[in-house]
Amino acid sequence: MRVPLVPPPASAVGRVNACCEGPLSAFINLERISKSFGTFKVVDDLDLEIAKGEFLSLLGPSGSGKTTILMMLAGFVEPSSGAITLEGKRIDHLPAHRRNMGVVFQNYALFPHMTVAENVAFPLVMRGVSKTEAAERVARAIDMVQLTHIKDRKPAQLSGGQQQRVALTRALVFEPNVVLMDEPLGALDKQLREHMQLELRELHRRLGLTIVFVTHDQGEALTMSNRIAVFNAGQIEQLASPEAIYDHPETRFVAEFIGETNMFAGKVEARDGARTKIRLDAGPMVEAYLTTEFASGAAALVSVRPERVGLSETSNAANAMPVKVLDTVYQGDHMRVRLAGSGVEMVAKVDRKTRAWAVGAEAFATFNPDECTVIAP
Amino acid sequence: MSGQTSPILRIAQIVFGVAVVFFLLAPIVAILPLAFNSSVFLNYPIESFSSRWFGELQSNDMWRRSIVNSLIIGSGATIVATVLGTLAALGLRSSQLPFASAIRTTFLMPMVVPAVVLGVGMQMLYGRLGLANSYLGVVVAHAVLCIPFVLVSVSGSLNAMDPWLERAASSLGASPTRVFRRITMPIIMPGILTGAVFAFATSLDEVVLTLFVAGPNQRTLARQMFASIRENISPAVAAAAFLMIVGTLCIAGLVGFLRWRSQKALKPA
Ligand SMILES: Nc1ncnc2c1ncn2[C@@H]1O[C@H](COP(=O)(O)OP(=O)(O)OP(=O)(O)O)[C@@H](O)[C@H]1O
Ligand SMILES: [Mg+2]
Repeated sequence: MRVPLVPPPASAVGRVNACCEGPLSAFINLERISKSFGTFKVVDDLDLEIAKGEFLSLLGPSGSGKTTILMMLAGFVEPSSGAITLEGKRIDHLPAHRRNMGVVFQNYALFPHMTVAENVAFPLVMRGVSKTEAAERVARAIDMVQLTHIKDRKPAQLSGGQQQRVALTRALVFEPNVVLMDEPLGALDKQLREHMQLELRELHRRLGLTIVFVTHDQGEALTMSNRIAVFNAGQIEQLASPEAIYDHPETRFVAEFIGETNMFAGKVEARDGARTKIRLDAGPMVEAYLTTEFASGAAALVSVRPERVGLSETSNAANAMPVKVLDTVYQGDHMRVRLAGSGVEMVAKVDRKTRAWAVGAEAFATFNPDECTVIAP
Repeated sequence: MSGQTSPILRIAQIVFGVAVVFFLLAPIVAILPLAFNSSVFLNYPIESFSSRWFGELQSNDMWRRSIVNSLIIGSGATIVATVLGTLAALGLRSSQLPFASAIRTTFLMPMVVPAVVLGVGMQMLYGRLGLANSYLGVVVAHAVLCIPFVLVSVSGSLNAMDPWLERAASSLGASPTRVFRRITMPIIMPGILTGAVFAFATSLDEVVLTLFVAGPNQRTLARQMFASIRENISPAVAAAAFLMIVGTLCIAGLVGFLRWRSQKALKPA
C-alpha cells in the first residue's frame, strides 16, 4: 500500500536521530552475509553496520529478505556464508539463547499459559536473577508501559495493543544488546499503530536502545528511524537517513518505492560543476544538481516529488515546462493535479490556497534544480 | 441442519441414530446387571441381587492376580508409550528430518497391522531375546500398540501450537531443554494426557498380543475374562467387566478434568 506521504521535516531538531551524528561506530556488523534456501538466494553478499543506539529500519517489498536477515541476527537462521560480529566478536555460531537479543515477533508470541507478569519475568528467570530482584524489575518494567492493572491476566485476555506492549516489555526487561522487531505494529489498526510508533520512538530515545526494525510500511520507516536500509531482492539499494532516502534517492527502485515520484528519462548534456542540464528524451531541457558522478552524454533519470512541482502562469523559473491540466482531485489538505505537456506526464500536489486550476487550463510546471534528483537508470 | 428435510427422511435419521446408539450400548447394559446376580449362571433372569461375584474376584487367586497384572502392565505400557510417543511426535515435527513421513507411518503401523500377525512375530522374537513370559515383554508388546495413539494425539497438539513461541523462548535466553520444559510441554500437556488415557485403555483391553507373549504369570484381566468365558462361564466375568468399565470411566473422568484444567490455563477464564 502506498500512502501519500508528507515529506519529513527538514530540520532534525527533536528527531530521534540526534544519536547518530558524526561517524558511526560499528556495534553489530554483518559482513558479506549470504543466505540461500536451496538454489534460491534470499540474501546476497550483504554488508551492514549497525551503530549502538540507532534505530535502523529494514524496509523493502515482500520477499526481499528482511525477515531472513533479522532471523540471522537473532540466531534462528544460519547464514550460508559471511560473518556477524557484535562488538568485534563473532556471534554467528552462537545459539539464539546465548545472543542476548530481544526479539519482538509479528504475532507477539506471548506464552499463553503464563500471565503478563510471568511472561515478562521469563527472561529474568532464565538468567537466574533472584526472585526478589526479578519481581522488582518486572514491576518496574510493567509500570513503565502502564500495564500494572493487567499484570495477572493471561495473554488471551488482552487487546492487540496490550499484547504488543507486553511483547515489547518482555524483550526489553533483560537489557538486551539490541532489540529486533519484525513488523511489530503490522497487526494493529491505523490509530493504535501511530500511537505505538510514537511510544516506541519515545522508548528508544529514553532508554538509548539499539533497534533493528523490519517493516514494509514506508511511512513507519520514515517517522521512526535514524537510518533506513531499503532492500530489494536481498540487497541493500540505499542505506541513509530518512531525509536522504526521501529527498535524494540513489536508485530508481528507491525513488519509486518510497513515496510517489515523477520520473523523466534523459541524457546529461552540458555540465557546469554540480549543476547540469539534462535533455529529456521527450524534448524539454531540465536543469538539476548532481549528487553523484555522471559523464556528459550519460543516460540519466530525473526524479521530482509531486509536492516539489509548482504550477505557475509564467515561465520565469529554472525549470518550467508548458503543460495542460488533465485532472484535479481534492485531497483535503492539498489538490492533486495531473499534468501533461512537452511530451511528459506528471503529478503535482499543490496548495489549495493558490488559485484553483480548471481542467484544460494551460500552465507551467516548475521545480527547483536542487529539489530534483538525478539517478542512473 | 437445513430446514428442507422431508419428515420421512427426518424420522429415518432418528431411527438410524437410535439404532446405532442401541447397538453400542446394549451389550454393555446387558452385562452389567449380571454382575450383581446371585445365581451361578451368567444368565437372565436375575433371581436375587448379591455382591458375591465381586467377592469372588477378590478371593479367587486367578482373578485377583489378573487384576493386579492388568494394573502393572497397563501402567508400565502407558508410561513407556507416553514417553516414546511424545518423543517421536517431537522428533517427527521437524520437516527437515529425512524420511519423516515413512518413519511416522512405521510408528502408526500397529494400528492397522492385524494383532495376530504382530503377536506371532513378537512371540518368535521374544523367544530369541529371552523376553517370553516376562512382565517386561508384555509391557513392551502393549507399548508398541499404544504408541500410535500417543503419537497422533501429541502431534495434534504440536501442530496446533504456535511455532514462534519456542523461538521467542530461546531468544529470551532459554536453552532447548528449558524451552521444552517451560513452554512446549505445558502447552501440549492436554495432548499427552489424552494419549496416555488411550494408551491405558488399549492395554487394559488387549487380548490377542497377550495370548502370544504372556505366560500364566502375566495373565491380564482381559485375558482372564477371555479364558473364563470358555472354561467355566461364571458371573465373575460380568463383575470383572463391571470393574473394567468403572475403572475406565474413572480414568477418563480424571484425565478430562486434568485436560480441562490445563486448557483453562491457556485460555481466558
Ligand atoms: N525456510 C525457508 N525455506 C525456503 N524459502 C524461504 C524460507 N524462508 C524464507 N524463504 C524465502 O526467502 C524469501 C525472503 O523471505 P523473507 O521472509 O526474508 O522476506 P521478507 O522481506 O520478510 O518479506 P515479508 O515482507 O513478506 O515478510 C522469500 O521468497 C521466501 O519465500
Ligand atoms: Mg517478513
